[in-house]
Formats: sequence, C-alpha cells, structure tokens
Amino acid sequence: MEAAGIETKLVSFAQALRAAGLPLGLEQTQCFARALELVDVLSRDEVYFSARATLVTRFEDLTIFDQLFSQFFDASRTTPASAQKMPMAPRHDPRAHQRTLLASYLAEKASTEDPEVDIRDRAFTASEVEVLQRKDFATLTEKERWALKLAMRSMRWQILERQTRRRVRARRGERLDQRRILQRAARSGGSLMAPLPYLSRKPKPRPLLIVADLSGSMELYARIVLQFLHGLTQHHSQTETFVFGTRLTRITHLLKLRDVDRALDQVASEMQDFAGGTRIGECLSTLHQRFGRRVLRSGVVVLIVSDGCERGDVSLLSSEMRWIHDRSYRLIWLNPRIGGVNYRPAVRGMAAALPYTDDFLPIHNLQSLQTLATHLSRLPSRRGGTR
Amino acid sequence: MEFDSIADVVRRLGEGGYVADPALATSLFLSVKMGRPLFLEGAPGVGKTELARAVSKVYGTELIRLQCYEGLDLNQAVYEWNYPRQLLALQARPTNERTLDDIFSAEFLLRRPLLRAIDAAHLKAPVLLIDELDRADEEFESFLLELLSEFQITIPELGTVRAVHRPIVLLTSNRTREVHDALKRRCIYHFIDYPSFDKELSILQRKVPGLSARVQNQVVSFVQRLRAVDLNKVPGIAETIDWAEALQILGTEALDRKVLGETLGFFLKYQDDLERVRGPLGNELLEQATGT
Repeated sequence: MEAAGIETKLVSFAQALRAAGLPLGLEQTQCFARALELVDVLSRDEVYFSARATLVTRFEDLTIFDQLFSQFFDASRTTPASAQKMPMAPRHDPRAHQRTLLASYLAEKASTEDPEVDIRDRAFTASEVEVLQRKDFATLTEKERWALKLAMRSMRWQILERQTRRRVRARRGERLDQRRILQRAARSGGSLMAPLPYLSRKPKPRPLLIVADLSGSMELYARIVLQFLHGLTQHHSQTETFVFGTRLTRITHLLKLRDVDRALDQVASEMQDFAGGTRIGECLSTLHQRFGRRVLRSGVVVLIVSDGCERGDVSLLSSEMRWIHDRSYRLIWLNPRIGGVNYRPAVRGMAAALPYTDDFLPIHNLQSLQTLATHLSRLPSRRGGTR
Repeated sequence: MEFDSIADVVRRLGEGGYVADPALATSLFLSVKMGRPLFLEGAPGVGKTELARAVSKVYGTELIRLQCYEGLDLNQAVYEWNYPRQLLALQARPTNERTLDDIFSAEFLLRRPLLRAIDAAHLKAPVLLIDELDRADEEFESFLLELLSEFQITIPELGTVRAVHRPIVLLTSNRTREVHDALKRRCIYHFIDYPSFDKELSILQRKVPGLSARVQNQVVSFVQRLRAVDLNKVPGIAETIDWAEALQILGTEALDRKVLGETLGFFLKYQDDLERVRGPLGNELLEQATGT
C-alpha cells in the first residue's frame, strides 16, 4: 500500500462512506488516523482491518465498507465507477416504472388528490358516516376514501404497556426502597416517617411487529392497509413493519415520515414486487432467518395482515407461524375477507395458520379498525390469555 | 506485558489457547493501545466471552465480568449499600448514639463489577467484560457511555472513585437488538463471524487434543456444512467443542450415523433442527463430511 497522499485519500474515503449511509463522526476518523500510527501502513491487511475496526459500527455496513475500501485502496483491482454497487435513488431506478400495482396506486392517488373534490361534497351527513363505518374498503367511492383517510388520521392507537424488570421509585409498589429509607433515616436522625418509599416496575411500550401482505389478492386493500400501518407507526414508536408480495421488504423507516402520502409513495417505490402470488410462509421464514430475535423481542405483539391465500408451501407457513407464536406476547391475524358474508377460513393457508393465532379479526371497514384499536389497548395481561 | 505488534497478539493469544485471526488481533491490538473499549458482536458461541478470558490470562490480570440482563440497574452493576448490616450496626448501639453518618462508609459498601473494575487498589489494569449488553435496557447504555469515557464513579455518601489503571474493556452483544450508535462509536467495533474450516480445526486441535485427527476433521467438516443450512440455531464453536469432547469420551474412531444420532443434542438445541438433521439431511451431510 502506498503511503504517499494517504491523508487526502482518507478524507475522500470517509466522505464516500458517509455518502453511502455509514454514521461516521469526526471522532471516528480521528481514531482511524491514530490507528494508522500504530500499525504498518504499508500492509494492505493491517490498514484494512484498522479501518474496519474504527470506522464501522454496524454489521449491516460491512459489505458496503468492503466494496468502498477496495475501490479506494486496491489500485490494481480498480473497478469502473459504473459497477459501483450503491443503492440507487428511487427516481433513477428503472424498476420503479414497471410495477403493476404501483401504477394503479399512483393513478388512484392522483384521482384522490384534493383539488378535484368540491368543498360542499366534503360535508358528510350522519347517515353517510354511518354507512362509511360498515362499508367494505374494497368498495369505497373516492369521496368515501377521502373521508376514511380523515377518520383514520384521528384514530388513536394505544397498546397495553409491558412491565419491565427495571425498578423505579414509586409511592406504592411491591418492594420497599431500602436505599431511600436509610437515606431519609440518616437525614432525620434515625426515625422512619410515613409514607415509606417504594419501588415498582417501570412500564414500557410494548414492541409491535407488523407483517402485511400486499400481493395480488390483497390489491384492493393495499392502500388502506398502508394508511393504517402509517397511523400505527406514527402513534407507536416501537413499531417494526414489513410488507411482502413474493418477497419481504422492511418499511419501518419509510412509515416514520409524517406525511402519509409521501410515506406511501416511498413504500411504493421501494417495494420489489407488489402484485404476484403470495408466499406467506417463505416471507415469514425470511423474517425469522434475517431478523429473528431482533424483531421478535420480549413481549412483542405481532400483527399479520393477509387473506391467507398461500401459493407456496403450507407446511412451511405452519411451522413459521408456530415459531412466531412461541416467541410473541400475542399473535393477531387480520384478514379483510372475514368481512365477507360467506367467509369461512377454508383457504389452505389460513387453515394452516389459524391454530397459532391468538386472535383472528377482520380488517375490512372502519368499524373493524376501531374494534382493533380497542382490542390492542385492552390486551390480556398474560401471554396468550383471554380477557 | 503490553502487546507490541499484531503478530504478537496472535502469538500470545495462541499460547493462551485462543485462536485469533489477523482481523480480530488488529481490533484487539488497537483497542488496548488506544484505550478504547472493544465492542464484539456476533452469533452466540463464536468466542466473544472466551476472548476476554484469554486476554486476562495473557495479561496475568483479573477478569471482572458483568453479565447483563433486562432490568440491570446501578445497584447491581456498580454498588449497593448493605442494608441489613447497616440496620444491625445501628440497633447494636444505644438509642442516644444512633448517628447514621458512619454507617455510610466503605465497610458497608457492596462493590459490584463496575466499581471493582475502576478500583484504585488494582496494581495493574484488570480486564472488564460487559457481557451480552443487548440484554440490558437503554438506560443502562447511557450510564455506560458516561463511565467508559470518564472511568470514574461518584458515590454521593463517599465521594468519587477513579481508576488508576484503566481497565481493558470488552463488550459483547448477540445482536438481539441494536445497541446505540453513540456507544459503539466510542469503541473499536468487531464482528466475529463463524470460523473458517482451518481456524475451527486448529481450535479443536487445541481444545480437544485427545480426539483422533480423523474425527476432528470429520466433525469440523460436518459442522461447516451444517452452518450453510437454514437452521433455527446454527451451532457455534462452543457447540463444536462440546460435541468433540463427547465424541472423545465415547472413544469414537469414525463419525457414523449411529454416533451422530446419539450426540446430535450436543450441537443442536431446537426440536425442529434435531428432527431435520435426524432425517435425510443429516445422512447427506454425513456422507459429504466423511467422504463415503
């Protein structure tokens, strides 16, 4: 490795890492500079290992780091800039223009964009509100969709908190705070005065994991389901969200955008495969292998949104459902088709998944969303229990 | 004695029974030289905790271990007053002499791992292992952030304790949750992956020397292939060693179906995984590993 000009190279290397999304601070680049004084800068390996140890803080960044390092420091094996494996900005990504459901989503969005609706039409009579409560999401008119969006925006999502093992000071609780009792006694010359200080368990929001099916058979519900996920993420910071058609995509960060339309646009451009057949089992398996315990944390409430029309291996779906069920506080399956008059969970996938679900609820109209909100705020205090 | 080069780290850890690759050796070398904590991430059983043991052995110094868990608080991690003893001491005195100042003295202090690690009484720097940090909650992380930059702790009743010899700090995480970036940025970060065939074989040769070279080879070959299968829990090095030890005790001369079936439980910990490997998958892997 050439020692000459290494400092300039370092600066631009650090810039490239930042551009690629690594959270790189000044402290770390300084740390790397110091490290170079301690190792042999003529050895490619020592420089590489030192850079990796001081500049990377996340496992996920290792691949991109390796690629950039190779580009900057392996002069003989320089790859052309065009072969650079960097994430592409959505607007440059040609795949974005080929998506079926995406097209219909955008058309729909254009038509529901505000200016076209007359102010007078926005007023709703009581009976119209009543109708909207029960009307299936798949059959809404544009005006109703707009009203639904407003209604969903005003919904409040609360999930029963989890009692952690951390103890905090309290007026009453299951344990006396011995430390404070003695401190107080010390101050007052040895006497104990009521009220006695206690310790109680500190409550924390329960993590929420959502896996939503946006495949072909769910097309009519996709947009409203996404709106619903956006609302949940906005109210509940501990939410992890994944969507899938044939492949699984993590969209947690996209739903954090405050504006629902912008958030949905982002989701549409990142998702690999809207339409197409459903492979629930495979997608849950990917979730299990790739994210595992990081999303199935202690006390997690899991929501799966799907009609259960499994095209793949039903036995895989069943074993993955068992895995999730055994590791979650509560597993809730939301199915828009339950709303239908003659619905029976006879779909093969649904039948395989049902034994492992704690609650099987509809998600097809506004009323069902309200029921869900109530349900989540009053989850039983024991895992898998009934209220 | 301080390490003087990366090669020196590899050599001396090797003498201490720990096989380190150049990448890990570089990270450890920088961590010790620069006085920054070493943050080790990786799947369970790849030798994170073991490294701390090896370092303390090489340095001939005490290993102080703090095992993290949910709800770990300062009373468990740093210090706690010994309330029962304080109360007894008080009650032993006549009522009019019951002043409380002297019961908040070093005599009644329970020293937990973090306080012990920065105790000025150490003659040389101890090794402090903060194990499975991902199990503790965020509140604890922010406290650590402070401790690891100052290496001092203030006890209101006693005063400030400051480390004379800064401990060599190793933190580990199994990645069950993301540890905050602010903490990781203060550290030398190292991800320990599953070992290569050669590395794993040389670990087995050191740890289970009594097992025949043939079976050692077969074991490593089998485990390496097994890691490519999407199991619920892929076996780490710790499991490979357990398995090899079991085979040694059984006096195994060659790995076959029978002995595999009897000892699967040493490296597979989930019922689903056991069932899969017991089936045709296990036989196939066995055939590949033993070359039959």
